[in-house]
Amino acid sequence: MMLAGLILIPLAGGFATWQFGRRSPGAGRGIALAAMLADVALVAAIALSRGGETGPWWLTLRAPWIPQLGVQIHLAVDGLSWLLLVLTAGIGVIAVLVSWREIEDRAGLFYACLLWILGGINGVFISLDLFLFYFCWEVMLVPMYFLIAIWGHERRAYAAIKFFLFTIASGLAMLAAIIGLYVLHGQATGSYTFDYLQLLETPLSAAAGLWLMVGFLIAFAVKLPVVPLHCWLPDAHSQAPTAGSLILAALLLKTGAYGLIRFVLPLFPEAAEAFAPWGMLLGAAGIIYGASLAFSQTDLKRLVAYTSVSHMGFVFLGVFAGNELALQGTVMQMICHGISTGALFIVAGMLYERLHTRDLSEMGGLWHGMPRLGAAGLLFALASLGLPGMGNFVSEILILFGAFRASPALTAVAAGGVVLATIYSLRIVQRVFFGPRSDRARQTDLSLREAAILAVLAAAILWLGLFPQPVLRISQPPVRQTIEVVR
Amino acid sequence: MKSLAELLPLLPVVVLGLTAVALMISTAIRRSRGGAFALTLLGLAGAFASLVAIRSYVPASVSTLFRVDGYALFYVGLLLVTAAFVTLLSKRFLEDLGRASGPPLPAEEFYMLLVLATLGTAVLVTSGHFASLFLGLELLSISLYGMIAYNRRGPRAIEAGIKYLILAAVSSAFLLFGIALLYAEGGALALPIDARGTISTGQPLLLAGLALLLVGFGFKLAVVPFHLWTPDVYQGAPSPVAAFIATASKGAAMAVLFRFAPLFDEGALRTFLAVIAGASILGGNVLALRQRNLKRLLAYSSIAHLGYLLVAFLASGDAAARAVTFYLAAYTITTLGAFGVIGQAAGLRGWASTEGAAEEIEGYRGFGRRHPWLAGTLALMMLSLAGIPLTAGFVGKYLVLLAGIGSELWGLVALLALGSVVGVAYYLRVLATMYLRDAPMQGPARPQDLSGTIALAILALLLIGLGAFPEPLTRLVEWSCTGVF
Repeated sequence: MMLAGLILIPLAGGFATWQFGRRSPGAGRGIALAAMLADVALVAAIALSRGGETGPWWLTLRAPWIPQLGVQIHLAVDGLSWLLLVLTAGIGVIAVLVSWREIEDRAGLFYACLLWILGGINGVFISLDLFLFYFCWEVMLVPMYFLIAIWGHERRAYAAIKFFLFTIASGLAMLAAIIGLYVLHGQATGSYTFDYLQLLETPLSAAAGLWLMVGFLIAFAVKLPVVPLHCWLPDAHSQAPTAGSLILAALLLKTGAYGLIRFVLPLFPEAAEAFAPWGMLLGAAGIIYGASLAFSQTDLKRLVAYTSVSHMGFVFLGVFAGNELALQGTVMQMICHGISTGALFIVAGMLYERLHTRDLSEMGGLWHGMPRLGAAGLLFALASLGLPGMGNFVSEILILFGAFRASPALTAVAAGGVVLATIYSLRIVQRVFFGPRSDRARQTDLSLREAAILAVLAAAILWLGLFPQPVLRISQPPVRQTIEVVR
Repeated sequence: MKSLAELLPLLPVVVLGLTAVALMISTAIRRSRGGAFALTLLGLAGAFASLVAIRSYVPASVSTLFRVDGYALFYVGLLLVTAAFVTLLSKRFLEDLGRASGPPLPAEEFYMLLVLATLGTAVLVTSGHFASLFLGLELLSISLYGMIAYNRRGPRAIEAGIKYLILAAVSSAFLLFGIALLYAEGGALALPIDARGTISTGQPLLLAGLALLLVGFGFKLAVVPFHLWTPDVYQGAPSPVAAFIATASKGAAMAVLFRFAPLFDEGALRTFLAVIAGASILGGNVLALRQRNLKRLLAYSSIAHLGYLLVAFLASGDAAARAVTFYLAAYTITTLGAFGVIGQAAGLRGWASTEGAAEEIEGYRGFGRRHPWLAGTLALMMLSLAGIPLTAGFVGKYLVLLAGIGSELWGLVALLALGSVVGVAYYLRVLATMYLRDAPMQGPARPQDLSGTIALAILALLLIGLGAFPEPLTRLVEWSCTGVF
């Protein structure tokens, strides 16, 4: 029941904010915050009630849905899912809080979209029925489209439709692959089902496995994104409102990474192994490409968006390195990137609220007016470049160690990305907070609400950097299981 | 002598015929717009009730002309429901017609034509013989001429009516020629429903006959290259009538065509159908991209959707039957809803004079703010046409994909996916216009009318309900398709 709540609470909360938010924006905000806090409580409760089950799954929920088609509601949580649920719940609360003052127009609908997206993301992380997974995967597109298209910046309509088309096209490739897997499984075993645990046993020929994997891979590679399928990302990230960018960077990209670990590797181990060298190559290319483009951006949000491309290159590299160390690093990277890049988008959003620009050339010397925001910006920029003591350092070093075993040459290239990250991260700090004072330098510093948001994120990223062990321990069983299947 | 009991399975058709007669008599005695409206709904409801009552008597043949089985019953039910929605949605239109400048146009005959057209579609899907098939088709077409041109003071009504008249006549000629060839070869006019497989398709006359039959049906279904009439007729016809053409007329034609799908299981004909399907998907979607008129956009989108349906048609087995039937049901709900909203939007500002404004996509700027419920309904319909989850359209598209992949029609499946992506682009354009752009100032709108609002609310609920829990409908579809194929 708790698992169903993860999807239903945001869904119902969304309807409530929509209806009540029409009359007063305050009610919309309040309900949205309450729904997300309930989500946090649920995630905590799931961890506490974990004791009973001995297998990899902490909690399972099965219910019939469309039995004639072999579709059921099958939700389950393991360590990997749970970590991402924590991230979703935490980022969800923060997404509501950062929009507190930013969104005035049609606020009820805004929070409704936000909650529906979060419900869909929760669904993606806990669905073990492939039909249901696809359902959740696509159903969050529509509210995301509206989030970008209604409350975004100047070129919002263009960015929103680009995002939608890329995702839906790649999603159709995945749907075709899901149906193909369903049909092949049915033909081989006689039972037509979308159940993940049963589909794991599907006997596949090499060619069929490869084609089906490509279908899944396209969808996840677009979401992640992997160069050259990343074109939608800079537009969507830079045009979305702060909460939208935050959710895109911190959560939506993670659904792609999650899909790779949960579905691509275990369902198609042979095909994934065959693809691994190319996957690592694409990952390393993404790291360098994203970092170089980040360096040449003048739009702050676009810059941060390209750093995402670079950081997600590490994820792709780690997934296809094919060993436990790299995969552990990948899980860690998903969480740390969610926090650090999310925080950078929040900083960019706070700057935009004050300066009404995202153009780096119009900023400069802002530290004097806003030392606290400056300090936060510096901290997250350092996290993004992988400074030891921050979570990103742990994850990137794990990925590089793991990848080195698989391919020393590509790892060397990827490590170059860390140097580039230093350049672009410090460039952000220098151009925004130091340097000659722009005429807009006199601004109010962080309010209590804003300071609290950034403080929580800073504490999280520091904690992940200094004590990564609890997270690694939770992610280890599922990661180890995945690696054993691949071998 | 046949006993009356043998006619029992035909009861829904009989009730429809009686309704038409009753409408005529009552109108002859005393004209009453409200009375005709109520009588029509009553007749449709009666026919539906009789449908439920006779469900245990099927399958049965009534003479050689009619074949009533679960499949036919399902479609008659769908068509009756469609007709009922069209009745509800056209009430405001007919009221405005009576109020327009000049002497008022009568409304009662519209209901009569609607019931007759519905009767035609019902005959079509229950037909077991080429004679009854042709009879049903003509009854449908002739009623539609009148309905399309009903608002005869409208700028495009007569043009649309004439266009439909000519093209329907041409398609009938093709159909008749095809039937004649089949008769010359086979020596029988009974539809080979039970005798499937007894006709070998190696004979050239038979092949030619079937091809001509396909051309005739191609016009009715408006698939590329027989689609040219669609946008003009949709644009010129009142929106409830356009809804009827898009759903009932096409649905009935598809249903009867699918009944003898096994006949077309032959190399050349399959290629022919596959080319038509591919061309419809590509042509419909690409042409829809450039439309600025919502009705024309829906016309091209319906061409594409019929192409998707043909993909399922070409697949084989139970999956195909399930896909075609479910898809048609979902498509019917969606299209009725979309045209219904256009009609409501037109009605908000006085129908007869301003339907033009309610057709232009530009006219929907700021619609989301001014009429949140209507805009929400139209948005839902667009998302369903685009096949986004949580709508009935998604389940339909999924079933079609399943059928296509199960039968390994890779080329068509790829086209279907490509077409869906292109489709998303223009459906989203409608959404973007409604929600992202603000409207120029407008005068106060009239209140919505009750019957149309009720119809739209039911359609929207059905759409979401079937999208989240398709099970009841899939069960019904399963029941109707067992034993037929």
